[in-house]
Order: sequence, then C-alpha cells, then structure tokens
Amino acid sequence: MRRTASLFNVVSVALGLVFLYLPIAILVIYSFNASRLVTVWGGWSLAWYRALLTDTAMQQSAWISLRVAALSASLATLLGTFAAIALARMGRFRGRLLFSGMVYAPLVMPEVITGLSLLLLFVALQVDRGFWTITIAHTTLTLCFVTVIVQARLIGFDRSLEEAAMDLGCPPLKTFLTVTLPLIAPAVAAGWMLAFSLSLDDLVIASFTTGPGATTLPIRIYSQVRLGVKPEINAVCTIMIAVVALGTVAASLMAKAGAARRARAALAAQV
Amino acid sequence: MLEQDGTPHPARRTRLVLLLPYAWLLAFFLAPFLIVLKISFAQTVIAMPPYLPVLDLAAGWQGLVRFAHGLTLDGYRLIASDPLYLSSYLKSLKVAALSTLILLALGYPIAYGIARSPRGWQPLLVMAVVLPFWTSFLIRVYAWINILQRDGLLNDVLMALHVVHRRPEWLASDTAIYIGIVYSYLPFMVLPLYATLEKMDASLLEAAADLGCTRASAFWRVTLPLSLPGVAAGALLCFIPIVGEFVIPDLLGGSRTLMIGQTLWMEFFANRDWPVASALAVALLVLLLVPIFFYERLQRRQLVGLR
Repeated sequence: MRRTASLFNVVSVALGLVFLYLPIAILVIYSFNASRLVTVWGGWSLAWYRALLTDTAMQQSAWISLRVAALSASLATLLGTFAAIALARMGRFRGRLLFSGMVYAPLVMPEVITGLSLLLLFVALQVDRGFWTITIAHTTLTLCFVTVIVQARLIGFDRSLEEAAMDLGCPPLKTFLTVTLPLIAPAVAAGWMLAFSLSLDDLVIASFTTGPGATTLPIRIYSQVRLGVKPEINAVCTIMIAVVALGTVAASLMAKAGAARRARAALAAQV
Repeated sequence: MLEQDGTPHPARRTRLVLLLPYAWLLAFFLAPFLIVLKISFAQTVIAMPPYLPVLDLAAGWQGLVRFAHGLTLDGYRLIASDPLYLSSYLKSLKVAALSTLILLALGYPIAYGIARSPRGWQPLLVMAVVLPFWTSFLIRVYAWINILQRDGLLNDVLMALHVVHRRPEWLASDTAIYIGIVYSYLPFMVLPLYATLEKMDASLLEAAADLGCTRASAFWRVTLPLSLPGVAAGALLCFIPIVGEFVIPDLLGGSRTLMIGQTLWMEFFANRDWPVASALAVALLVLLLVPIFFYERLQRRQLVGLR
C-alpha cells in the first residue's frame, strides 16, 4: 500500500475514532455527575461510586463474574491451545473435518442458540445450574477464540526451530516446552485475556445457563438497564472500562518489554 | 504433537492434546445441538421438563419406540403457519443485511485510511479501533441509551442547533437498533478489511498510475477488487451474528416487530415453550448454514495463506 495519506484518509480515520470513543467518553463523564437526573449536569461528584461501596448485590455479582471469567478463561486457554496444536501440527487425522468445524462454528454462532442448547443439555443431565454451568458454557464459547489466535501464531513461526531441537535429540514434549511454548506464549496470553473479557461481558449465554444465586454482573446490569438509565450503572461501567483499559495497556507494555529484551539478547549474541 | 504434517498416527501421549478439546467440544457443543434437534420435535406440556416425549433409555427398545411415536412436527408447523415468526425472521435478515452494508460503507474508509497511514502509526491505530471491542458489549449499548434517550445528549445538540423544535423519540425504534449494531460491530468490519488492504503491493498502484490511471480509477480497478476477500470476511463476520442478535434490539429497539433472537428468548423465558424455541433455533441455524459454510472456508484459506 502506498503510504501517502490523503485528507480523505485522515478525516475518515479521525471521524471513525470519534464515533467509537465519544459514547464511552460521555458515559464516563456522566458517572461523575452530581445530579440524580442522568441528563442534567450538576457538577462533579463521586456520589455514585460511594453508592457502589454499599451495594452488596452488585459487589457479589462482580465477584461471581470475576471468578467465572478467571476459571473459564484458564480452562479455555488450556483446551484452546491444545486444539490449536492439534490443528496446526497433527496434519490429517480421523475426524479432523468435524473437529475444525466444531472449533470455528462457535465464533459466529448466534449466542441465543449456544445458550439454549447448553441449557437443554444441563436440563437433560439434571445438573443444578449456577456457577459451574456458566463456567462450562463460557469455556465452550471462548476456547475457539483462543484456538484461532494460537493457531495463527503456530502457523506463522519458523518450524525449523522445532525440527532443529528434535534433530539434536530433544524429545517432543521437551521440545514443546522449551522451544514451542516460549514462542507462542504471547498468543496464549492474548488468548487468555480475550477469553477473560468475553466471559466478563457475556449476557445471553449466562442468562440461559445461570441458576439461583449465580447472578453475574452483566445479568444484574441488564436487569437494571431495562428499567432505565441510572448513574450507579454509569459508575459500574466506568470501573469495568478502567479495568479493561489498564489490563490492555499493561499487556501491551509487557509485550513491548519482552520484545526489547529479545532484541537486546539478539544483539548481545551477535557481539 | 510435533510430527510431520500427514503423519497418520501421532504418538499415544500426544494424542491427549487432541482428545481433550475434542471430547469437550463433542460434549458441550455437538451434543447440546442434538438435544435441541430432539426437543424441536417434541410437544409442549406443563411439567418439568416442559416437553414430551422424554427419551427413556432404561426401557430399552420399547422406550425408543415409544419415544419415536411421540415425536411431532407441531413446533415447525406452528412456526410456518404463524406470520409472527416469519416476519421475525425477515426482520432479522433485513436488519443484518442493511447494517452489514452500512458497516461496509463506514468501515472501508477507516480501514483504508489506517492502511495508508505511516507504518509506525498503524499498530497504534489498529489498537485504537480494537480497544472498544474489549470493553463490554452491554456497556457500549448502554452508552447509546444515555445519548439517545428523549432528554439525552443527541436531542440537546439537535435542539441547540435548531435542527428540531420538539425532542424526537430515538429509542425503541429501528434507527436505534441500526446505530447500536453499527457501533458494536465496527471493529469486526475494520479489522479484516485492514488486514487485506495492508498486505496489498504498492507497486500495483504505481503501475496503474504509470499506465495513466487516475487515483480514483486505480482505486476502483485495482484496490477494491484486490480487497474483496477482506470485504467478504468482514461482511460474514458481521452478518452472521447480527441475524441472531438479542441484546441490541432488546435494549434499543421497539416492541412491534421482534428480531428472531428476541422471539426465541421470549418463547423460552416468557412462554416456556421449549419445543417452539428449539424449532426456532434449528430454523435459524439452517438459515445461517450457508453463510457459516462460506465463512469457515475463508477462515481455512486465510490460515493456509499464512503458511
């Protein structure tokens, strides 16, 4: 691509970013609004954050959501990485078509279908619904995203490194742990982060698979949003946005630090 | 796990790598679908579970025969006969098609602009487009309720500019649904478009210019045709999930014509009619089978391209 950005290019990117960020910025600003009326600006205030401190139901939901997200993201990362290795390294095996179909389909599957089908499974198995059923459902949903990210990385890097290790007598498992895993680690970490945030975000599948006592944060927010806009919800949303933004910045800084360390190591090796 | 491609029998220990995710997906992805399929042929009853027949494997062959006799097409017949469901499907298709077109029209210039920006800026701009995707879907829809409500910011601005003299109602309308969908899915459209545009060879455009092509016609005759795989990927990545979308139409849309995701939700949670909800899910899936098939082929080809 020729790198001479025209005025049209600059304007369209700028407008696109304004469109993407303005609504979020407005939401954040209004979370600091002193007025109970969401639309009237009554000066800066932390009142709605203080209100959250005493909202035990909201805190409980947040805690459930965080636990579900952490557990399902970890499970999904393990299973999804395995699936990626199988797809990228095992060549043809019996049932590959079915396997890859099952891996890619949930990426675009409407959530209502996934949610409904998992609920009917849990009913058929007569399992008590709650924390664990949501965790299983989220693992199923997110492992496919992990697979796609890790598989792209596995295909993208130089196979000769693995082959060299094995030619030098390194057993396959050790080759995987000492050569492959460090190379795909950034993709695995990115997969975990994506799985975590998808789980934290999901309303539809959680609504189908939840049970008494397991009201996740999106379910609670949704039930309140249906009744109208409330400043407390703006405050909750702002906190969630801040957590995600901090996480993303930290992850990209970590990736940069890692790249710098590798560059230094490569330089040292040359000298 | 590190065998050469095409090795038919990987070592037993590395088999676990395949078997674990395989078993998980069979149990929690494929099996649930078969259950949905089964229940879609069942009858609604007031009981727990609220459908008949229940497959009784303990009764052996007899149980299976009794089960097979109990199956009906009632759920599907109801869907086919009641115009409520048909209009619901049609509305979903219409909303998905139209918003995909709007997304293309908005997303293409953005992706094109990023692809033509200085190299050093590109990762930053891509991250800026992706970042909102990491914040909650629900939050982003909620942000628009803040703006679109009757005494919200949009009407404030329109009133101040004297565009309108009475505050129009934006929420509970199709316009609000389109705004919410376009806003939420924009990153899904921009990313695949950017990926193909960024890979494009600059010398092709130079060659076109050397041969007397103007910038505009070079775009139409070179850039656009070469970016069609990205257009297809972005369009499918948006179209398929939008058809089944629930949260956005439920929070921003009106209650006159529901999208199919909402109808399914209503049948299940409000009417507790599990067979009809299952039949709706099966019909929705059949509807999406063709686009999903094309999407999977594109995905696979892209991964092969990386090799």
